[in-house]
Amino acid sequence: MDDIFGIPAPLLFGQLLLGLINGAFYAMMSLGLAVIFGLLNIINFTHGAQFMMGAFAAWMLLEWAGLNYWWALILVPIIIGFTGVVMERLMISRLYKLDHLYGLLLTFGLGLIIEGVFRNQFGSSGLPYRIPAELQGAWDLGFMFLPIYRGWVVIAALILCLTTWLLIEKTRLGAYLRAATENAPLVQAFGVNVPRMVTLTYGFGVALAAIGGVLAAPIYSVNPQMGTNLIIVVFAVVVIGGMGSILGSIITGFGLGIVEGLTKVFYPEASATVIFVIMAIVLLARPAGLFGRA
Amino acid sequence: MPLQRRDLLLAGAGMAVAGAARAQPGPLRLGVLTDMSGPYRDLTGPSSFAGARQAAEEFSAATGMAVEVIVGDHQNRPDIGANIARQWFDRDGVEAVIDLPNSAVALAVSGIAREKNKVVLGSGVGSTVFTGAQCSPNSIQYTYDTYMLAKGTGDAMVRQGADTWYFITADYAFGHALQADTSHFIEAAGGKVLGAARYPFPATTDFSSFLLGAMATKPKVIGLANAGADLVNCIKQAREFGLLRQGVKLAALLMTVVDSISLGLPEAQGLLMTESFYWDLNDRTRAFSERVRGKLQGRVTTASCAGCYGATLHYLKAVKDLGPARARASGLEVVERMKAMPTDDDAFGPGTIRADGRKLTPGYLFQVKSPAESRGPFDVHKLVATTSAEAAARPLAEGGCPFIRS
Amino acid sequence: MADSTTITANAIPAPAEEAHGIWGFSRAQFGALGVMLVFLAIAPFVLYPVFLMKLLCFALFACAFNLLIGYVGLLSFGHAAYFGMGGYLAGHAAKVWGATPELAIIIGGATAAALGAVAGWVAIRRQGIYFAMITLALAQMIYFVCVQAPFTGGEDGIQAIPRGSLLGVVSLDRDMAMYWLVAGIFILGFLMIHRIIHSPYGMVLKSIRENEPRATSLGYRTDDYKLLAFILSAGLAGVAGATKSLVFGIATLTDVHWSMSGEVVLMTLVGGLGTVFGPVIGAAVIVTMQNYLAELGAWVTVIQGVIFVICVLAFRRGIVGEIGNWLKVKL
Repeated sequence: MDDIFGIPAPLLFGQLLLGLINGAFYAMMSLGLAVIFGLLNIINFTHGAQFMMGAFAAWMLLEWAGLNYWWALILVPIIIGFTGVVMERLMISRLYKLDHLYGLLLTFGLGLIIEGVFRNQFGSSGLPYRIPAELQGAWDLGFMFLPIYRGWVVIAALILCLTTWLLIEKTRLGAYLRAATENAPLVQAFGVNVPRMVTLTYGFGVALAAIGGVLAAPIYSVNPQMGTNLIIVVFAVVVIGGMGSILGSIITGFGLGIVEGLTKVFYPEASATVIFVIMAIVLLARPAGLFGRA
Repeated sequence: MPLQRRDLLLAGAGMAVAGAARAQPGPLRLGVLTDMSGPYRDLTGPSSFAGARQAAEEFSAATGMAVEVIVGDHQNRPDIGANIARQWFDRDGVEAVIDLPNSAVALAVSGIAREKNKVVLGSGVGSTVFTGAQCSPNSIQYTYDTYMLAKGTGDAMVRQGADTWYFITADYAFGHALQADTSHFIEAAGGKVLGAARYPFPATTDFSSFLLGAMATKPKVIGLANAGADLVNCIKQAREFGLLRQGVKLAALLMTVVDSISLGLPEAQGLLMTESFYWDLNDRTRAFSERVRGKLQGRVTTASCAGCYGATLHYLKAVKDLGPARARASGLEVVERMKAMPTDDDAFGPGTIRADGRKLTPGYLFQVKSPAESRGPFDVHKLVATTSAEAAARPLAEGGCPFIRS
Repeated sequence: MADSTTITANAIPAPAEEAHGIWGFSRAQFGALGVMLVFLAIAPFVLYPVFLMKLLCFALFACAFNLLIGYVGLLSFGHAAYFGMGGYLAGHAAKVWGATPELAIIIGGATAAALGAVAGWVAIRRQGIYFAMITLALAQMIYFVCVQAPFTGGEDGIQAIPRGSLLGVVSLDRDMAMYWLVAGIFILGFLMIHRIIHSPYGMVLKSIRENEPRATSLGYRTDDYKLLAFILSAGLAGVAGATKSLVFGIATLTDVHWSMSGEVVLMTLVGGLGTVFGPVIGAAVIVTMQNYLAELGAWVTVIQGVIFVICVLAFRRGIVGEIGNWLKVKL
């Protein structure tokens, strides 16, 4: 087959596909961040730790309760989402009237605590978690072998992203949410319990991170640091997409996954930095991000 | 309310003063400076501390000499490590610093120990620079270095016919050194290096595109010049993408027994890696593991634990030989005595320490057992090949250690 | 978002006693300065000098950072880049070029200021969280350069940097000699920042923080003011980093990493945003913790996290801000 920029075409297609799969993780994670930022005005730096908790919770369910991957996929978001609800009620809710900076600092501190506790409890080298039997194996796509599990990750991420987008843009609940973002007192005056809605939104954002953790557990090392490296990239994704923009974070997540994948082919050393280069350029050209409102 | 924070400040100051008061000569004091809270915690950290304490206890019981071992967490930050080491030497009467995973911290502390004429017993440090270009007459490297890992794995695998390699390398000095050394042995043994991908460290979690790129060159072996979580991710993803079923071998250039346990045998089985210690190697290593078990709180005996044990024991023997007063006066003299005396401990058996501070120790090539072969949670490795102590160490002349030449 | 235009709005007690007193210090501040100077003079005989030097380097770093966030209202999330680059350049100058310590520190500071000029020129066009993100992005690029460039020595860092002799005369190998130099640099930097804040230029900066459109309408070219503040802050951070690299004889990647940028935010927050002495106290608390909690192992991160949380929830004014509020003076 032909070469494209000196890279054999099948390899390039393969890399694009892998980029898209990584993009699915970015999209899922940044979606949660964007939902939280959109409504709560909180930059949730705990997101990485919550992603990690999701993966650990899946391991605990398997080891301690004998519940398999599919149970984890249902139970973990509920459990971790609930911890998020508690955190929001006890701490984060006190900061809504203040600058974002304080929210960022609080959640950063919470992230440190969670990571430290898990490291004390489970060590730093990671825990084993296997791909469920139903999803083992690979499809032969001609240009590459695609593991079934990766395909599943993309599908799951797309379903989650689409559902969330529909929920917020097309339902009555979503309309309340959007209205509360614009003018909370007015929505409250119409008889909507805004504080409870805000709490549940935070729980929902956290649950998205937790699902991300469950999806990641079989293919990434399950260790206390696993979220830390991801969070700063995901953070950049949200900023590039436009803070608080749901659609923006989804599209940017997938898009940056592809860009990063291509960088890994042509200049692998820079694959972690390229996202920040893009972020700087985007912020200079479009201050509110690609899909944000100024 | 402000009162509480003043108390906190006072408490901080109080601790600093208390440190000064502790400086009187008493028992011989050794400090394990290690990673208690970061990524190397499970490989070193508490298990290194346990090894050093075990040596101190055994030695005290045998000779009656009082030895105290304290521990500090360098948090993988050279400035914190350097500060703790300086304070230990200057104020707390610490005579030797032990372990030092993380090469930047190790090199910084080695420089300080030389300046203060104290001793560094490196166990967690694997950089060849430590006994090479930046060597110190006051430092020992007891457990391993990247040269040994490269030779033990690269050389042995090419001899078994796995002669075309592709590397996935963490883009930092440690990864570069592993790749360069291994490439050298592969080519020396008649093998060929097909290519390498350097990925950003530590910001990479997905290696599938590197694995795919590697497969495009059709190698027999993919060499993983990385460690810890990155290594685990590479292995998990290689299995996921069916690389192993396509007949490719994975060579983990820096993998430990902890990684094998953490991955689980179903994922890790068949992998090859080099270490200088395994608890189930022979009767003496088993006896040592049994003795130290009470201090490990359910952890496996790591190479770093064994290294801290062996190095501390040998150091204490040298101190006794010299007499504690002279030993306190000159770290250099203790290290020279350590080099002059043959080593012998249960973890590594008989051995010697070379002029540049490298302890000569055989490199053992291990293969991870299959779940069927394993009889217990720590029964994970089997011995495949051994590189002799002399062959596993970089020739003295190649190291470029300045004080050797002069 | 409307009710949060300035970051420090709630951190500043009523500005009752501005612009009189000695050298622009109020009487309370002058008293506190006296206490600090006495402490600096006595401390090395009681506490461990190397520890104190480290503390002073971080205190200067935090003061430089505070110049930007406390008085211009700009949160830079990439200040480690200037701190770390200052350290690298000073280390390289002292070790490879054989520069004297004062020259090495000047080179470090100048490099950081130059970097700050470029980064600042890009970043000051944006406000609030976007400013923070751009500074983070630029810092990540500088980090990438530090990982790749051969002169930084990768993760081993630049090792064995000689302290040298001040002006080629006074050897700094003794810790006490080095201490007095570090203390001198710190006091100079501290007074310089204070002087900047209380100059007419500083007044304009504060007006920009409070209401930028109004400052613009009064005819001030606010971008020029902000840029200069950014350069000064970056340069001083570089001086702090350069001094630290000479104290320890090492310059490594940890000082350029984004977690160091987070740490300086923590120091300033714990001490008190926009207070004169806050960053100093904040740096003291954090550095002390890192050193003396080192025996607690993995709990270090947990304790740091708890302090973050407590500060944000209960003591947003920071230690000095709370004390000032309690004594009803501005510190």
